[in-house]
Amino acid sequence: MAARLGLECTIYMGEEDVARQRPNVFWMEQLGANVIPVLDGTRTLKDAINACLRDWVESMTDTHYVLGTVCGPHPFPQMVMYFQSIIGQEARAQILQTTGKLPRRVYACVGGGSNASGIFSDFLDDPGVELVGVEAGGLGLETGKHAARLAEGKGHPGVAQGYKTFFLQDGEGLMNDTHSVAAGLDYIGVGPILAYLKEAGRVRFEAATDREVVEALRRVIRSEGLVPALESSHAFVTALKEAPQLSRDEVVLVNQSGRGDKDIFTVADALGDERWKDFLRRKVSLYDQEEASP
Amino acid sequence: MTLETASNTRQGLEAYIRGQRSRKPLLLMTHAVVGYPSFEANWEMLLAMENAGVDLVELQLPFSEPIADGPWFVKANQEAILAGVHWDDYFDLVERAAKAFSFPILFMGYYNSVFRMGARRFCERLSSAGARGFIIADLPPEEAREVNSSALERGLDPILIMSPNNSPRRLSEIARQASGFVYCVARKGVTGKRTDLSQGVAAFLSRCRAATNLPLALGFGIKTQEDVRGARGLADIAIVGTACLEAWERGGSKGYREFLHGLAKETH
Repeated sequence: MAARLGLECTIYMGEEDVARQRPNVFWMEQLGANVIPVLDGTRTLKDAINACLRDWVESMTDTHYVLGTVCGPHPFPQMVMYFQSIIGQEARAQILQTTGKLPRRVYACVGGGSNASGIFSDFLDDPGVELVGVEAGGLGLETGKHAARLAEGKGHPGVAQGYKTFFLQDGEGLMNDTHSVAAGLDYIGVGPILAYLKEAGRVRFEAATDREVVEALRRVIRSEGLVPALESSHAFVTALKEAPQLSRDEVVLVNQSGRGDKDIFTVADALGDERWKDFLRRKVSLYDQEEASP
Repeated sequence: MTLETASNTRQGLEAYIRGQRSRKPLLLMTHAVVGYPSFEANWEMLLAMENAGVDLVELQLPFSEPIADGPWFVKANQEAILAGVHWDDYFDLVERAAKAFSFPILFMGYYNSVFRMGARRFCERLSSAGARGFIIADLPPEEAREVNSSALERGLDPILIMSPNNSPRRLSEIARQASGFVYCVARKGVTGKRTDLSQGVAAFLSRCRAATNLPLALGFGIKTQEDVRGARGLADIAIVGTACLEAWERGGSKGYREFLHGLAKETH
């Protein structure tokens, strides 16, 4: 967007996420953005948000704060949900056109919750459509190494980063370290509108573990010919788990919110793909040779 | 503790500040992050503040997402949390310091800590520890009614923040809930970066002055003796936070004491 409009753009990204989403960083830099790795705290999304807010309080006279998720101070959650609502509008129209009916369920992964808010938004007034948000179960909810705030009531009400929601925090309000194989879901809080929809009983929340996610990703690649992002693969986990409960003529909608290309390093590691590792080794030794003999 | 400050304790923060101001042109407020670098170091800092004649002290309760703070305090918050600083440790230090020293002590921190503790319980604990008020960096006045009314019941002053971005109308809204004194943020941004006092600060402070009769404290980027001298005639209180911590990290206990004496000299 900044490249298209000719604006200067600074991106704050946790150092850990810079490392595990290197392809995204590469493209952001090609687009002309200045990507700043954030070294504070847990070096993930929450710390990037803090750093970005600190920049903005200083630079707000000539700078827009652009948050990629439905969190932060009012009116950012509403703004981002509105911008993302195009997904819901298109998906609803397309599924009606393709199948002639509304889906029985809509599945979307939930980190901060932007893609979920977007796709859910156009189905909120369809009482027959169940909305299911899938959070990061990480290594398992019992291990504490996850980012599931709503699915099993692990998050508690709090106020941080300019908004009130369910946060993964300790008894004294200090935020927990979260864990997920998917950088985009590895976050302490969840959009306040989604928290409200959960409390109102309109959205059901589930969690998918890292292991289930990699397995679902492999299955979706092989059976559907799609390459979803690790984030989106969370939605597929629960959709695939629950689909057998439905009758053959019912339809479900899964939001593939991102493509998995950016996750190639993480996924190759998770799948233990030796051919990819060999390729990287050859590539690295080529670079080393180039450096040795300029 | 002198008899005079002891009686000021009962008078409330505003009266205490006015009393001090009748004797000198500017007061000095300093800051420490509780538990960083250690409780022993905190105590040495507090002793140095008392000896230098610091007028007010804010003690920060560490929080994991300190969005109003710059790199020095971010690190201090993080390390204090890693060292396992808890609410009980915080209130214990506040209580010991309130007994031992003559300056009033203020809580400084973030709203999630207060929210988790509960507004009423927070005010009870703070007041029984002997603190005099609080600064909650990320709490807008619209959301502050519960904690502010609990505070007043307990004789605590909620210190509100005015910033250069606030419109005159917003400044008046903030003034309506303010008590004790007002914390005026010298520039847009976070703690710790240098502020050029020639750039619009006087105009900003006169907007604050128009909105409230309470004493005005000037903070964010007040780092040197020169800055403190520059605040005379502009504000009632100069707040030096990050620069104190920098002095400690650079020069240890001795450097810290010298730095505070240098600052305090400029308030007479």
